[in-house]
Amino acid sequence: MVDVAFQSNRTAAAQSGRKRVGLRNALRRKSMSAFLMTLPLILLIAILVIYPAIYSLHLATLNKAMTKFVGFGNFEFLFKRETFWLVVKQSCIFAISAVVFKALIGFIVAHFVHNVPANKQRKWRGMLLVPWVIPPAMSTLAWLWLFDPSYSAFNYTLSIFGIGPIPWTGDAMWARFSVILVNVWYGAPFFMIMYLAALKSVPDQLYEAAAIDGANWWQRIWYVTLPMMRNIIAITTLFSLIVTFANFDIVRILTAGGPLDHTHIFATWAFRVGIEGSDIPLGASVSLFMVPILAVAAIFILRDITKRGNEA
Amino acid sequence: MSTMTIDKSGPTRKVKYGSMSRDRTWALRWSYFFLTLFAIFSLTPPFYMLITSLKGSAEISAATNPWWVHQPTLENYVQLLTSNQFLRFFWNSAWVSIIVVTITMLISVPAAFALARMKFWGSATLATGVFLTYLIPDSLLFIPLFKMFAVFGDWTGIQLVNRWYVLLFIYPTLTVPFCTWIMIGYFASIPKELDEAAIIDGASWFQTLTRIFIPVALPGLIAATIFAFTVSWAQFLYPLVFTTSTDQLVLPVGIITTLIKGDVFNWGQIMTGALLGAAPPLIIYAFLMDYYIAGLTAGATKG
Repeated sequence: MVDVAFQSNRTAAAQSGRKRVGLRNALRRKSMSAFLMTLPLILLIAILVIYPAIYSLHLATLNKAMTKFVGFGNFEFLFKRETFWLVVKQSCIFAISAVVFKALIGFIVAHFVHNVPANKQRKWRGMLLVPWVIPPAMSTLAWLWLFDPSYSAFNYTLSIFGIGPIPWTGDAMWARFSVILVNVWYGAPFFMIMYLAALKSVPDQLYEAAAIDGANWWQRIWYVTLPMMRNIIAITTLFSLIVTFANFDIVRILTAGGPLDHTHIFATWAFRVGIEGSDIPLGASVSLFMVPILAVAAIFILRDITKRGNEA
Repeated sequence: MSTMTIDKSGPTRKVKYGSMSRDRTWALRWSYFFLTLFAIFSLTPPFYMLITSLKGSAEISAATNPWWVHQPTLENYVQLLTSNQFLRFFWNSAWVSIIVVTITMLISVPAAFALARMKFWGSATLATGVFLTYLIPDSLLFIPLFKMFAVFGDWTGIQLVNRWYVLLFIYPTLTVPFCTWIMIGYFASIPKELDEAAIIDGASWFQTLTRIFIPVALPGLIAATIFAFTVSWAQFLYPLVFTTSTDQLVLPVGIITTLIKGDVFNWGQIMTGALLGAAPPLIIYAFLMDYYIAGLTAGATKG
């Protein structure tokens, strides 16, 4: 990447280098040097992000051996498969319930941290953000061990209270629950940090005014906190929706899609079909189904950003 | 503020004042109670990693209380840290992350400077485009990228698939857009007078960047570096797709593919490996928490 960028810089320099004065003038011109500074970025995005995205549309129209154009054949094949609809359903359940719980827990915890005296907030915040810092692949391994069918530490603890062994990753419903639980554990700290930053930016006068008007704590949250945090809540939720919808690590390591494909989501199924099953076109078609939801979320985020850009 | 208003309202309200402060004490106690619960929830998996990593294999399969170590041993650590394979994963991870961070900074800092300060044709569109690229997830691009690199290998004879350095091309797609985006935010917050003064004094654009923008926006630069490092260190999907030989693997994939042999899970070593794999980001976080959090919140609040 860097090499490519470097060489094109050099050729550009060589062309204009015939006239040294011309080169110097060109470099002094603001737009020219600005363009050269952004060139590596443009090349990176064009070659390794935009091109593959378009290429994936092309791949999705080929047959398994990638020799023949089959049009929408892959999509027709997917629509007829029960597993595909299972994956669609599970992806939606997974993403929506995980994001809702992350947002709720993040909101509640942010309030508790905000309540604590300022000098102690740092310590709590530090502890509560640890799940976000550990690479998800590593922490999911710890969860896998906590959920282990024969040595589950959770089941050991629950058995003290007489609650029978829970098949954390063995049963379809429990496996879905476990996957969502791990995702909430991993993602809630991000919401907590974002909401805490937003809470700190709400001016105290607003709460004082509300208190003078006789608002109780619920009214203070509903009429002061939530409207003031609306933007940040919206953008964090949309961000998280994208990331959760496209999640791969947690499901892959915890259940690998099992039992009987009952926890597969788009990313893991695309991997199973496209890489492990070496049907690249079909895998590409599966992952393309993530695009609509990503596009919708992106449009909303973009609207928010341009709006704030205009305000500034 | 509110206590003052109540104080002024005379002796009859004294009771109210007392109840309010008592309310506040209780609210504080409840806050601590729930925060403790959440902290336990947050720290259980890493704590359990540590506990398991200190156990011998006999104790792991014993029916004793799993939450405590009865005979702590460092045998897992010794085994992993003397295993060439594991050290190889660690070095691969370290090299990939360090080089990717360097590439990311070399690409995104000048680009962010140009986009924040030197308005040119299409610069606003490009800035939005950079942000949109950040929203494209890895799970959408891994299949076409894999095919692209395979085709590239067939055409040119340069085999990149199943080499650890292929990740050097791919990881920047994850790190560069976000780093550029937050650097644009940091650069845009620097007062215009500063670089105008530099230009008047005869500084070139490059000098303005290195002498003024980089020193002033150093906190942002550190935050972006931390972000790039943690993302490259934690990435799992791309190395899983692109590398298969055991000497080319990075840490997360290496642990999962070599320590899990079929149905045999060597949990003591897996947890030790996971803990060692989690250590670099955790250490960075412990020392540079404020920068870490600044980078986290900057993505959504700046711009």
